[in-house]
Amino acid sequence: MNSAIQEVATEASVITMARSAAGEAAFTAPPALKSRPQTLLAIPVAAAIGLAVHYFVPKSEPLYPTHFYPIFLSVMFGLGLAGALAQISFPRLRRWMRKMCPILGAVVLTAALWELATSCLELLPLPYFPGPEGVMAALASDRVLLFDSTWHSLVLLLSGYAVGTVIALITGVTIGWFPHARYWGMPLLKVVGPIPATAWIPLAMVISPSALWSAIGLVALAVWFPVTMLTASGISNTRTSYLDVARTLGAGQAYLIFRVAIPAALPNIFIGLFMGLGTSFLTLVVAETVGVKSGLGWYLSWAQGWAEYGKVYGALVIMAAFFSTIMTVLFKVRDHVLVWQKGVIKW
Amino acid sequence: MVAIAPEQGVSEAASLRVWHVTKEFASPDGGVTPGAHALDDVSLSIAAGELVSIVGPSGCGKSTLLRMLAGLTSPTSGELAIGAEPITEPSAERGLVFQDPNLFPWLTVRRNIEVGLVARGVLREKRAEVDEFMRLVGLEAFANSFPHHLSGGMAQRVSLARALINHPRVLLLDEPLGALDAFTRMRMQDEVLHLWRAHGTTMLFVTHDIDEAIYMSDRIVIMTQRPGKIEQIIPVELDRPRDRSSSDFLRLRGDILETLHFAGQPMAGNNRQSAAT
Ligand SMILES: Nc1ncnc2c1ncn2[C@@H]1O[C@H](COP(=O)(O)OP(=O)(O)OP(=O)(O)O)[C@@H](O)[C@H]1O
Ligand SMILES: [Mg+2]
Repeated sequence: MNSAIQEVATEASVITMARSAAGEAAFTAPPALKSRPQTLLAIPVAAAIGLAVHYFVPKSEPLYPTHFYPIFLSVMFGLGLAGALAQISFPRLRRWMRKMCPILGAVVLTAALWELATSCLELLPLPYFPGPEGVMAALASDRVLLFDSTWHSLVLLLSGYAVGTVIALITGVTIGWFPHARYWGMPLLKVVGPIPATAWIPLAMVISPSALWSAIGLVALAVWFPVTMLTASGISNTRTSYLDVARTLGAGQAYLIFRVAIPAALPNIFIGLFMGLGTSFLTLVVAETVGVKSGLGWYLSWAQGWAEYGKVYGALVIMAAFFSTIMTVLFKVRDHVLVWQKGVIKW
Repeated sequence: MVAIAPEQGVSEAASLRVWHVTKEFASPDGGVTPGAHALDDVSLSIAAGELVSIVGPSGCGKSTLLRMLAGLTSPTSGELAIGAEPITEPSAERGLVFQDPNLFPWLTVRRNIEVGLVARGVLREKRAEVDEFMRLVGLEAFANSFPHHLSGGMAQRVSLARALINHPRVLLLDEPLGALDAFTRMRMQDEVLHLWRAHGTTMLFVTHDIDEAIYMSDRIVIMTQRPGKIEQIIPVELDRPRDRSSSDFLRLRGDILETLHFAGQPMAGNNRQSAAT
């Protein structure tokens, strides 16, 4: 049983080795057959350092009544140790830990350094730079409001992004495919498109019946421009030989657009979608700050208004997690849709 | 081997006629540069069910002629027709196997072969044929691979299967077997001949391999360069199946080589002169 697992694990790492040798897997971990102890123990060691700083280095600031930070450190310490033990019999966990331990250890260590710089040595002044306990306490005390804000941001972002993408795909394909649409659409796109979506805020507030609708419209606009631009160029750059092949096989206009030009343009379209995601994050935060009185952007400026910087950092942490999760989802979608590109280009 | 449905008698509708066709490519500034004179006054007629091959030096306009017959390019002057119909646009009736395989990289091998069936909306009825053609070109094992996993010869076989599955009445082949090894090549020649006989397809076949031209075709069109012209049309009156080492075969081969040699005479003459001095 055990030897079978061993065999599979060895085989997997041989494959990993062969693949990275071929330059195919840019992000696979280096093919070490055995994990070194300093890699596996990175998290518990960093957590131990954090706990030592927290309890033994004298504090020059008043202590918080809460203990979220040491609890967090202890949990990391325990999980790190448990993982280091469990990986002995779970090859998949071993591979994951080999990849993630150094990074997660560095995160914990950064928190320790942060506490050292703020609460202990007061290198960074209060109230602008609270220690880790201050941030965690703020996260905990405002958790309901933060959850609510994240939910509102998510709804606003996804609806704006979806509306913008759908419209952009229609306009992009139309402009890219039909010469007349191109003649009239391209100049409009080139003149109006580069205006940042946030610059439309004054107008959006006047036109739209509610702040929420205008925010959705702005996010949609932010996505619309890059996606339209890249879709149009992808469609119009479809290799004519692909179209020729399809035509000699009996393809009509619909087949040429939907089964040749659009698949050929998909790599471009995804670049547009990623660019659009970036601009939509920006627009979302600004629109929430000035217009809609909800969401993470609003929470951020509200906390700043009360000079509650623990909450500001808390909101930033949530935002980072929120945006990077959405980004990861889009990456996963791309990997699925463009699976045929694997090996053609470097991912 | 592909199971073939009995076909009705070869209809005259599948004959091809090229009538005084000239093709000049406009240069980017709109003018016509002398080098871009691809075809000059080419006339050719091909009976329904005939297999004709074209040989000639690189750049003499073979691909251009095939693209015009497929309806992808229009001639500068002259006319092309299939049966009594002038050729104005591409149709599934006239299949073209391109010089480059041009497989769709986003589709698997199987889906690439299915393209013609999907485009014509007949995939449901003809699904069984996909497997037959995949077997014909020996790629069953690669059904679910993407094209960039294929070798050049494999990709070429996929593009052949993709054109054959439509059972076009006219099949235009632009060096379809060029990237294949000698054995696969001979096997594919026999497969193409088998399909040709069974379906009565009219075929126009560009090749650089004179043996292949003699082995396969009823007539061989020899073209010359700059501008592209038909130098000579040589009928091949050997019994099928042909023996590649028979004396008649070899004599014909010698004749064609000589014609091609004279077709390139200015060049050869120069060389001889410079060698003499
Ligand atoms: N789209 C084009 N624009 C301009 N010139 C072209 C174009 N297509 C072909 N030509 C020219 O027409 C001539 C004939 O080209 P063609 O591709 O038909 O040659 P070919 O006989 O098929 O050669 P090969 O055996 O190398 O495939 C060449 O001189 C080429 O430069
Ligand atoms: Mg050619």
